[in-house]
Formats: sequence, structure tokens, C-alpha cells
Amino acid sequence: MGVIKKIQYNCRHATYLIEKRQHTSLTIKERVHLVIHLAGCSVCRLFQRQSRMINRAARELFREATGQGHVLDEDLKREMQQRINERLSG
Amino acid sequence: MTALPEPKQWVEKYADYLYSYALARLDNEETARDLVQETFLAALEKLGQFKGESSERTWLTAILKYKVIDVYRKRSSGLQSERIGHEPEIEFFEPENGHWKDAYAPRALGVEDTDLLAHKELAAILRMCLQKLPALWHSVFSMKHMEEMETDAICKEIKVTPSNFWVIIHRAKLNLRACIQKAWK
Repeated sequence: MGVIKKIQYNCRHATYLIEKRQHTSLTIKERVHLVIHLAGCSVCRLFQRQSRMINRAARELFREATGQGHVLDEDLKREMQQRINERLSG
Repeated sequence: MTALPEPKQWVEKYADYLYSYALARLDNEETARDLVQETFLAALEKLGQFKGESSERTWLTAILKYKVIDVYRKRSSGLQSERIGHEPEIEFFEPENGHWKDAYAPRALGVEDTDLLAHKELAAILRMCLQKLPALWHSVFSMKHMEEMETDAICKEIKVTPSNFWVIIHRAKLNLRACIQKAWK
């Protein structure tokens, strides 16, 4: 199998590069590999879109969950404040 | 405007917010509660360091964030070889040429370019799939995507080499994506 064919087949490496590229710059060799692969592989292009979508969603999920307003038990809060007050006076 | 911290009002003002923050990251009520308490106590020790440059809440959140990362680090500690975990690459791709196996190849979900969280169902699936990730992968994924930490900092925290870091990021995403596809009908 020729080098180009090998690159075109290798979705395992292409998906690795897709992940890496979202966080850092690729080497020239890696970039060439990915360009050649993605030009001919619609499945990995789809993987790339889904991967980005997941990253975006995960970030938002966190933000949303942070603002969700979970409430601590009142007794527990009193205990917490007591402990703080003890340290302040101690 | 006073820049002095007021510990006597901390619990009333910030406990619920900090609790929500921790719970969103750790999905464990008991751990989240403990971290809130620890955050207040740690903050008391550092009262002198509070400069009033940021709000009290931001300052307390920064202390809590450090504690959350500490939990990630502890959860993911252990033998390096065990920690990196199984290899979805072997499961998902043909061993001889790295091509997708048909059964695992990505299929269009129809929501690739939309706001995923607008779909309540999909948000629930994502949460479920995140929880199913092995501890180390979950820690790395959370630190990278949700805390938006630098790669170097994560490698240092959980003691992995940069090349293992990319392997983990890759495996976590392969697994997460496959899990979502499987659950999304």
C-alpha cells in the first residue's frame, strides 16, 4: 500500500490528530496527514463536527450546572458557620 | 466599598453557590459538601491574602477550584499502565490499517451544529456518558474542557507525559462519542 493510501485509510490516526489539533498546533507532517485524510473521508469529517459539538456542550453543561442553584441543608449551613465562628474567635 | 472579607456572612452568601459549583464538577453530594466546608476553613487561614482585587465569591471559588482539581488528581492516581486504561482504538478500528469498523463508524446524529443543551435529552445523555468514563479519562477531560486548564498544568497535576495526555484525550473522546451515539436514538 502506498503512503497516500495508508493515510487515507488510517482513521485511527486521523481522529487522534483531530483531537490534538483542538488543543495545540500540529507539526507540518501531521497537518499534511490530516488534510489528505479529511479530503477523502466523510466519516472523519463527521467525527470532527461531533467532537467539537461535544466539547462545546460539555463546557456549557458545566456552566449551566454551576448556576443551577443547588441548596445545602440549613442545619449543615449552621454547622458550617459555627465552625467558622469558632475559628474566628479562637 | 469595603474590600475586607466578612467570614461571618460567608455561609449565608456563598455556600449554595459553592456547593452547586462543586456538585457540577464532581457529581457526588458528600464530596461536594466536604469541599465547601474545607474551602471556608482554608479561606480563613488565608484571610490576610485576600486583597480585595477580586470579589469574595471569586476568591472563594478559586480556592474551591483548587480542591476540585485535587479530587480529580486523587481519583486518577494509581499505576500509569492501569490508569491509561483499555484501548478503544482496538475496538473501534481495523487493526491492520486503522480504518473505522463499520459497527463503530460515526453516524450523523442530526444535531452536530446545533446547541446540544437545547436538547434536554442529549444533555442528559452527555452527563451519563461522562460519568461512565474511567476516572483518569474523566479527570483529564474535565480539566481540559470544563476547567479549561493548560495542557502542561494538567500533565503536572496528574503526572502523565504529554504524549500520554493526547492518547487519553483521544480515547476519552472516542468513548464519549460512541456512548452518545449508542444512547441517541
